Amino acid sequence: MSAIEYQAPSFKLEDLWTDRRWRAIFVQILALAGLFAFLAYIVNNTINNLQTLGIETGYGFLNDPSSYDISQTLIDYDSRSTHGRATIVGILNTGLIALCGIITATLLGFTVGVLRLSGNWLISRMMYCYVEFTRNVPLLLQILLWYALVVHSLPRPKNALEPLSGIFLSNRGLVLPGPEFGSGSWIIFIALAVAVAGAIAFRRYAKRIQETTGKIYPVISISLSIIVVLPLLAYFAAGQPVSLNWPALSGFNFKGGLTLRPEFLALWFALTIYTASFISEIVRAGIQSVSHGQTEASYALGIRPNWTMRLVILPQALRVILPPLISQYLNLTKNSSLAIAVGYMDIVATIGGISLNQTGRALESMSIVLAIYLTFSLSISMVMNWYNKRVALVER
Amino acid sequence: MKVLSGFIAAAAVVGVAATASASTLDDIKAKGFLQCGVSTGVAGFAFTDDKGNWQGFDPAVCQAVAAAIFGDKSKVKYTPTTGKTRFEALKSGEIDMLARNTTWTLSRDADLKLTFVGVNYYDGQGFMVPKSLGVKSAKELDGASVCIQTGTTTELNLADYFRTNNMKYEPVAIETNAEGRTNYLAGRCDVYTTDASGLAATRATFENPNDHVLLPEIISKEPLGPLVRHGDDQWGDIVRWTLNVLISAEELGVTAANADDMAKNAKNPEIKRMLGTEGKFGPMLGLRQDWGLMAVKAGGNYGEIFERFIGAKTPIGLERGLNAQWVNGGLIYSPPVR
Repeated sequence: MSAIEYQAPSFKLEDLWTDRRWRAIFVQILALAGLFAFLAYIVNNTINNLQTLGIETGYGFLNDPSSYDISQTLIDYDSRSTHGRATIVGILNTGLIALCGIITATLLGFTVGVLRLSGNWLISRMMYCYVEFTRNVPLLLQILLWYALVVHSLPRPKNALEPLSGIFLSNRGLVLPGPEFGSGSWIIFIALAVAVAGAIAFRRYAKRIQETTGKIYPVISISLSIIVVLPLLAYFAAGQPVSLNWPALSGFNFKGGLTLRPEFLALWFALTIYTASFISEIVRAGIQSVSHGQTEASYALGIRPNWTMRLVILPQALRVILPPLISQYLNLTKNSSLAIAVGYMDIVATIGGISLNQTGRALESMSIVLAIYLTFSLSISMVMNWYNKRVALVER
Repeated sequence: MKVLSGFIAAAAVVGVAATASASTLDDIKAKGFLQCGVSTGVAGFAFTDDKGNWQGFDPAVCQAVAAAIFGDKSKVKYTPTTGKTRFEALKSGEIDMLARNTTWTLSRDADLKLTFVGVNYYDGQGFMVPKSLGVKSAKELDGASVCIQTGTTTELNLADYFRTNNMKYEPVAIETNAEGRTNYLAGRCDVYTTDASGLAATRATFENPNDHVLLPEIISKEPLGPLVRHGDDQWGDIVRWTLNVLISAEELGVTAANADDMAKNAKNPEIKRMLGTEGKFGPMLGLRQDWGLMAVKAGGNYGEIFERFIGAKTPIGLERGLNAQWVNGGLIYSPPVR
């Protein structure tokens, strides 16, 4: 500190590029100023050009009626709803496909990753082929392939396949019996919440008991039975308020039930299968990163094989797996924007597509899409980083 | 990829510097060709021939304009646009004019700042269904899946029509006519809806066109015409009057074959004014003296273009109907060249 103070009075202009310390600061300020100047130029240029073209700007259009219909809506929506509401429908659809995709891709990816290490030559080779094939074919092609398969190879609604009674598969998608919640259903949800809380409490209790006495409870099976039995009891106690809504062919399409449209199915399959191949490689790398000596040491201590996996190998493997897994989740979410290729009504198709086109507000709509993807990605990143911190190696 | 085009369009708006203020005509003369936006392909209306050149009812307007400017109808370059990208392409200056079965509406005019220079096809939105469904009227379509091109006025008409008639439907969003054709034939949707002319054109490309019917209801007015962007009235006038000359030529009996002869020997002064042997109408527009003659010789008059690409004798098989000359009871009408 004193050295800088001492030198300060003798500062000369050429010190900016001759003195190493000053030069470092000077260059950084220059770079930052350049960046800001560039951004200011772009923004200014855009505003000027829009004014020259006489194009109005602003987000007021979000309150105008959208005037178009959307096939898959998770909330009430019709053509009199606003562009803002259409945006929310799009956000929810993007969220749905991202969530479904992440869950199935994780399950499939972990399974394949473990099977890839199987001693069985055929299984490990098959998994190898699956991984190499799917991760080397562009995702867009896979989405289009699945869509073509659903639309062209499945029968039309009149000749729909019925693998199980009440479940129909046709080129209009997969139609399932849907739950219909009558009055009093809330009791079941409360029971479920109570059961989950109870299971967590029991797990803590069991851990404390084990630490103090060494006695081990079968935590997983007891937790699961609490979560299943309590809501079931509530269901009967409330007088069976939930009924199934059976779909039936009426006119052109199936009415009632839950419909998974071909667009959703194609996107879901493709995202799952594509991302799972990357996840499986991550999982394989994670498991292989834990030296075999750990397993042997664990066996030598008399720990059972599945416990060895759960308590010794996996916690250490997870540290390697998690950071790249986060990237895969982010990729999947962002890749879901390819939905547009098959007309799945996600955020890009609603506000970034039809609304943009009907109102001509290109920059505004695209900025909304941008902000939403950023929000999605940062949220996933935040949650996963929090989890990563929890499982990270605690050094003492 | 459509996302990309959105971003490119946005970037184009950012990047367009002085092009909007300079004269479009000067720019076109400087680069030596006309950049014309067309559709990605609708049989009869815009398609590539076996040599890879764009042909059809809409490109014919572009060719006439190019002929009016350069005296050479081949000096056109085409940009295929989707329902989504077309306006950004025009606004950003990527194309000089758009001739792509585009409906003239107030908001496109006033809000998107585009100038429709006229109507070259009076259309209306219709429905096509397979005959086997046994549907006789659009009012019976409750619950149907409907293939619809996104970003079009037809999408909005469809929502209004089903709402007004208290019917439900499942919209199946598609991007191009080709995609709509595939999905419709595969049975992803029961109904395909777009402008009736487009339906007829699409049906003509089916293996068994007779297995499909157009329903009698026409649910909207769709005046289709070429358009330019706001801000250059001279350029708008050039495209407008080139289209008008094609229409006037039919009315006055001037064809590609007899245009040269008519220019010299016609008794009717209107023909001579139009073809540039009398008056200074070309230079008024900033064009060559014989602009009208060149425009007509490029592809014939309006009627000839109609009959060649989409008329009753083509596979598209459209009758003139509303698109007959006003003297024959249609709506096609040109203000006088005077």
